This record gives sequence, structure tokens and C-alpha cells, in this order.
Amino acid sequence: MMNLAASEAQSPLLPVWPEVVIGLIAFGIVFFVFAKKLLPAINKALDERREAIEGGIEKAEAAQAEAQQTLEEYRVQLAEARHEAARLRQEAQEQGAALIAEMREEGQRQREEIIAAGHAQIEADRRQAAQSLRQDVGKLATDLAGKLVGESLEDVARQSRTIDRFLDELEGKAASAESSGAAR
Amino acid sequence: MSSDQLLAFEVDCHLFKDCGFQAPSVWSFIFDPIFEVGGFEFNKPMLLALIGTAAILTFFWAAFSKPKVVPGKLQMVAEALYEFVRRGIAREVMGKKGDAFIPLLVSLFFFVWMLNLWAIIPIAQFPVSSVIAYPAGLAVVVWITYMTVTFKTNGFVGGIRNLCVPSGLPKPIYVLLTPIEFISNIFVRPFTLAVRLFANMFAGHILILIFTIATWYMLGTFLGTLYATASFAMTVVLTVFELFIQALQAYVFTVLTATYLSQALEEAH
Repeated sequence: MMNLAASEAQSPLLPVWPEVVIGLIAFGIVFFVFAKKLLPAINKALDERREAIEGGIEKAEAAQAEAQQTLEEYRVQLAEARHEAARLRQEAQEQGAALIAEMREEGQRQREEIIAAGHAQIEADRRQAAQSLRQDVGKLATDLAGKLVGESLEDVARQSRTIDRFLDELEGKAASAESSGAAR
Repeated sequence: MSSDQLLAFEVDCHLFKDCGFQAPSVWSFIFDPIFEVGGFEFNKPMLLALIGTAAILTFFWAAFSKPKVVPGKLQMVAEALYEFVRRGIAREVMGKKGDAFIPLLVSLFFFVWMLNLWAIIPIAQFPVSSVIAYPAGLAVVVWITYMTVTFKTNGFVGGIRNLCVPSGLPKPIYVLLTPIEFISNIFVRPFTLAVRLFANMFAGHILILIFTIATWYMLGTFLGTLYATASFAMTVVLTVFELFIQALQAYVFTVLTATYLSQALEEAH
């Protein structure tokens, strides 16, 4: 067989130099292009991607931190506002109570004043009435007595003394009657 | 008839026709030159090796020459392949120290894989790595790198110790172990590295050839056609199997390279 001749010519375990050289050249080209051009390029792109992803994560973290801080601030402000509101309410209540008390006091005072003024007025009226009554009674009594006695009681001094005495007696009687009435 | 022109269907020889089965053999791996320049014979495996180189570079050039931070489909696929070698092999085996060797490992993986892949690419259908010259050349590259890194990292004495004297063993053992380690690390390793790849692809190609030729050989009679069908089914199954083996062998070649280099980088104790 002619095939056997070929196999005798060349053992498959013996490398042939031209093939080794071609293989090495081919591999050398692959290695060179990978090492010098392609792998640096793709590594750069991969690094950039990693940075982009990490940058994105960092950005997100920063945003989250900011949001958290804002939330905290809002919470603090809200708490302050609540506190303020409570304080204002308290104050308003206190002021209202004070106002009411004051007004009540004022009312009381005014009422007492009015009452006092009324009393004073009544007293003054009574005094005036008593005064005018005394004069009228004196005059009437004198007139009446004059008519009855038929003589004119012109001695004014005497008259007034007599009348006064009479009235004092009346008053004394009235007072004793009053006191006895009160005792009774 | 020259050996490389002998295709299965060119032998008009069939089962039950009183002629023998033309089994594939070493002749299946020897090609007449396509052209000759001053004694230099350019043959089919060489052509495939060069086309393979162009294919790898075209693919990765298209994917990586203008890389984008947000990758397109092509770049994504290429990145996945690259990351497989970078993380799955270099980082896994060598750790951070292996970063300097990533270009070597990446080139080795894709170059070997491409040479293997030719086995099932229609029309070509020949694993370039089943020609010993190609794995041998790569093994020499790996060996030179291995030795250079060993002696550069540890100095001459340290390098010899790194290669021949594994640490942490009882002293009498070294009498036995040192020569074994010396032979193993310096001579056996590059040899097995080349032969493992070569033999796998060689055997795989022979298997596919056997069933392909057998399919043709057994055609003709009714019974023979039944056999041929089974044989064809085997061809398909083996082709799929080879697809797996090709990637696996490229992986093994690269991982072993990484392992050797990682050992070379180890400081002597």
C-alpha cells in the first residue's frame, strides 16, 4: 500500500521544522496582538465599567445619605414645631385663664362699686328726704297747732326749739321702738 | 494517489465486495504541499493555522479594538470568553500574581482551541493540533517561559531548588525525589504537555475518520446500509463529543501552563 510508505517516511511524533516555525509565527502574531492591543483596550473598558458601576453605587449612596439627613432634619423641625405648638397652646390657656380671672375680679369690683354707689345714693336720698320731711312736718305741725290754738306762734326761735324737741322725742321713740323691735 | 487526496469516497470499495476496509492511519495526517517555495513546503495544516490565526484576530479585533463601557453583543460574547480565561484560569490558578501572564494564557487558550476546532469545521475537517509540530512549538514556548520565570524569581540556586526540591518532606525522601522532580519538571512536563494535546486530537480525528470511512464502506447492500446508518450516527455523536474535547484540551493546556508558572513564582522555602 502506498499509504504505508508515507507512514514510514514520517513518524507522527516527530515534529517537522517548517510546521513548528509556522505554528510559532501564528501563535506569536496572536500573542502580540492580544498583549499589545486587544487586552489593554478591553481591560481599560472593563475598568471604566467597574468605575462607572461603583460611581453609580456611590452616587446612590450619597443620595440616600442626603435623603436620610433631610428626613432627620424634617423630623427635628416637626418635633420643634409640635413642641412650639404645645407651648403656645399652654401659654394661650394660661393667658385665657388669667384674663378670665382678671375679668371676674374686675366684674366683682365694679359690682361692689355699683352697690356701694347705690347705697350711698340711697343714704343721701334718705337723708335729704328726712331733712325735707322734718321741715315739712315742723311747718305743718306749727300751722296745725297755730290753727288749733288760735294764736300765732311767731316766736321762731321758740317755735323751732319746741319743734325740735318734739321731733327728737319722736325720733327717740321711734329709735326705742326700732331697737325694741329689733330685740324682739 | 497521494495520501492527502485519499478521501473516503474515493475508494470505491464496499462491504461484501471482497475488498478490505481502508482504515485511517498515519497517512491521514500527512499532506502533500499545496505549494513549494525553495524547498519550503506549504501544506494544509499550515494554511489552517494561518487562517485560524486570522479568524481569532478578526473576531477579537471586532470585539475589543474599540471597546465600549456598555458592550454590544459581539463584545459581550468576547468578554465572556476573555473573562473565562482571566478569572477561570489565571486568577483561579495563579491568583493576583498571574495578572502579568494573562496575555500568554489568553493567547494560548484561543490559539489551541482554534487549532482543535478545525477538526469539525466543514471542508477543513482536520485538527491542526494533531500534527505534533504545533503542540510541540507551543510547549517549547511554555517551557521557555516556565524556566525564565523560575530562575528570574528565585535566582539560579533557588530556581534549581524550586524545580528539584519540593519543601516540607523528610530528608531521606529527597534522595529519591530530587532526580524524579528534576526529570519531571524539566523534561517530562513540556513533553506531556505537547503529547497530551497532540494525542487527544490525533485519536479524536482517527475516531471520526473510522466511522466516516466505515459509513461509506458499508453502503451498498441492504444490510450494509443499516450498518452504515449506525456508523453515520456514531460520526455525528463523535463530532459533538470532539467539540467538547477540543475546548477541554485547550482548557487543560492553559491550566497546566498556569500551574507551572504559578509553581515557578513560588518563593523557595
